[in-house]
Amino acid sequence: MKEKVAITGMGIVSAIGMNAEENFLSLKDNKHGISKIAHIETTLKDKILVGEIKKSNQELESLLNLPSKNNFSRSSMLGAIAAKEAVQSAGISTDGNTSIGFINSTTVGGMDMIEKYYRDFLDQEELQHYIEVHDAGSNTDLIAEHLGIQGFVTTISTACSSAANAIMLGAKMIQSGRLDQVIVGGMDGLCKFTINGFNTLMILSDTYNQPFDDQRKGLNLGEGAAYLVLESEASYQKRNKKPLAYLKGYANANDAFHQTASSEQGDGAYLAMKSAFEVAGMKPEAIDYVNVHGTATPNNDLSEGRAMIKLFDQKVPDFSSTKPFTGHTLAAAASVEAVYSIFALRENLIFPSLNFQNKMEEFDLTPQQELKEKEISAVLSNSFGFGGNCSSLIFVK
Amino acid sequence: MERCYINGMGCISVQNTFEGNFLEHPIVYSDTNIIYAVKPNYKAFIPPAAIRRMSSGVKNSIVASALAIEQAQVNELDGIITGTGMGCIQDSEKFLEKMIDFNEEYLTPTSFIQSTHNTVSGQIALKLKCNAYNFTYVNTGGSFPSALLDGLMQIKNEGKNNILIGGIDEIADYTFKLYQTIGHIKKDNEESYHILESRSEGCVGGEGSTFFVLSNEKQDQTYAEVLDAHLVNKLKKEQLEGFINNFLQRNNMNISDVDAVVLGNNGDVNFDTYYDEAERLFKSNSDLLYYKHLFGEFMTAPSIAVWIASNVLKEGKAPSVLYKNNEKGSDSIKTVLIYNQYRGKDHSLTLLKNV
Repeated sequence: MKEKVAITGMGIVSAIGMNAEENFLSLKDNKHGISKIAHIETTLKDKILVGEIKKSNQELESLLNLPSKNNFSRSSMLGAIAAKEAVQSAGISTDGNTSIGFINSTTVGGMDMIEKYYRDFLDQEELQHYIEVHDAGSNTDLIAEHLGIQGFVTTISTACSSAANAIMLGAKMIQSGRLDQVIVGGMDGLCKFTINGFNTLMILSDTYNQPFDDQRKGLNLGEGAAYLVLESEASYQKRNKKPLAYLKGYANANDAFHQTASSEQGDGAYLAMKSAFEVAGMKPEAIDYVNVHGTATPNNDLSEGRAMIKLFDQKVPDFSSTKPFTGHTLAAAASVEAVYSIFALRENLIFPSLNFQNKMEEFDLTPQQELKEKEISAVLSNSFGFGGNCSSLIFVK
Repeated sequence: MERCYINGMGCISVQNTFEGNFLEHPIVYSDTNIIYAVKPNYKAFIPPAAIRRMSSGVKNSIVASALAIEQAQVNELDGIITGTGMGCIQDSEKFLEKMIDFNEEYLTPTSFIQSTHNTVSGQIALKLKCNAYNFTYVNTGGSFPSALLDGLMQIKNEGKNNILIGGIDEIADYTFKLYQTIGHIKKDNEESYHILESRSEGCVGGEGSTFFVLSNEKQDQTYAEVLDAHLVNKLKKEQLEGFINNFLQRNNMNISDVDAVVLGNNGDVNFDTYYDEAERLFKSNSDLLYYKHLFGEFMTAPSIAVWIASNVLKEGKAPSVLYKNNEKGSDSIKTVLIYNQYRGKDHSLTLLKNV
């Protein structure tokens, strides 16, 4: 068993709130953020529902006080807002800070600006400053620059498990003594590329997503960003900071089954959960609540459900998917849900899985449907992505 | 703490590196500012239908990783970690162009699926049926150094036996044209191919897939030992000396202990000044080695530098083509430091020694 890693700060923006407090109140009051698309021009506008943040790019720019000529993508603006809140809540200063690390994750990077101006770049010089932030890492750099961070900075992209892997790497950087403080998480803004991509895979729902429901039709894409500040014991004790929670277990495994689909029995999911318990030195029965990946695609919920039944030996604890609130925020999903897991620990609350009606015929699993008060001391959070990428995190009080 | 060895490697690049010889017959590119990888014989590694479907970066990576695994003689990997600056940019372009030009109609999922950044690490896992840890770093010039650092930590701190790491980038025509437009890559008609002497804006763009098997056990074919790796996003020129000294001190060394330094000069007048500073620090004690005049520049080019350092450490010396003006260098190189930065950002150091 390794040293526990403390979480001393968190920040989040999603379709249900522009900060942690707003997100918490929405979860508590059953206020979801799923709607029709307002800020992207797409022919799919009337065919799908999404978890969009109800602010235009201009509004985000002014929230961050960016100069009128800047090259922030939507993702990096969402990231900057959430990262700022995280460091504020941790009570640390990042400007010129050379000892704090930043591990970001994204799948979209600067694609929203590239798709918007693609055919105009060659002859419109005034747009060309967006070209250099096409790649993912340059978007992380914009945030690092905005926060004044000068140190270990990197970016992970493993599809929908990205932020879980950023959190995991952060823990390892602390446990290996390479860092004392690190901002970890993910960001993804909605863009046409992603919407159309998921549409071709035919896994988008035309209605509100229904995780673990027998009639589930697919996912609602979402957007957002969320970050945690991870800190070593020596570091938070030195500055008398009380941790919000601890990250105790983590693991990544590969399903090695198909580039986009999960295996029937959820082999990768099972392995990720099992290994996370080994790292934590905990038994599955210690878990009080599982924040499932639960995207509401036929494939994910079936394999995740089977993997849970195997892992928990039929006795699956209370679980819910919060994606009916936010939509699937892709690279940000695991850090958005990490924040929600910490809310659950802090408030002793399980947030409901909305829109559920009927149990799946393959197994006897019913997600928590109403807000439930209960002593919660350990939460398991799952995130699975394309490329067979499966990650699990365990948070404790 | 365990030690970390490089037990196998495979490199597909703009040179004939996949044949395993160490730059015996280097290709000199003298009339282009974008250079493409030399295609290996894909048929020996990939089924014909997949050859048609996959982008060059994915194919090159499948071949390079297979070569590395074969050399290292490992049956089971404990992790697959890749770094890629631009990801699967050929498939991204394909999907994007169809989406824009046909107004979101007639789209098919194949290129979207293959555009995902972790396509290569996922494909390798799929091919090997490998359920182990699987990560992909996408941090511009820090992409490969991040993958290397992760692999190093797994071997040294986490008790893992064999980790596959790789650096992958591929050329996509329109995207590279855009990079030429903003001066990141030298313009087509600009004569500046001799990049070690060049002092104009931009670099010569290249591509490649380079893989390594990192292991905790030394074997007969071991190339080198990786001692440490480090990266930071931002550094002023005057901070470089302190950055290098701190790193070496952490490893109980100083500048005079480094026999050879692999530098990333790419002919870009705006940023090669960092390497000028590194030359100043090392020139009296160490051999100065260069490689981007042969390989071009791309975000994961530091993977080529590790391939070079590994070969140099195995042979004890470097071919003259890696020196400025083809001079002759030391024939007992035992310690190599790699320094790289990408457009003034993502400064990385890698320290290796012979075995």
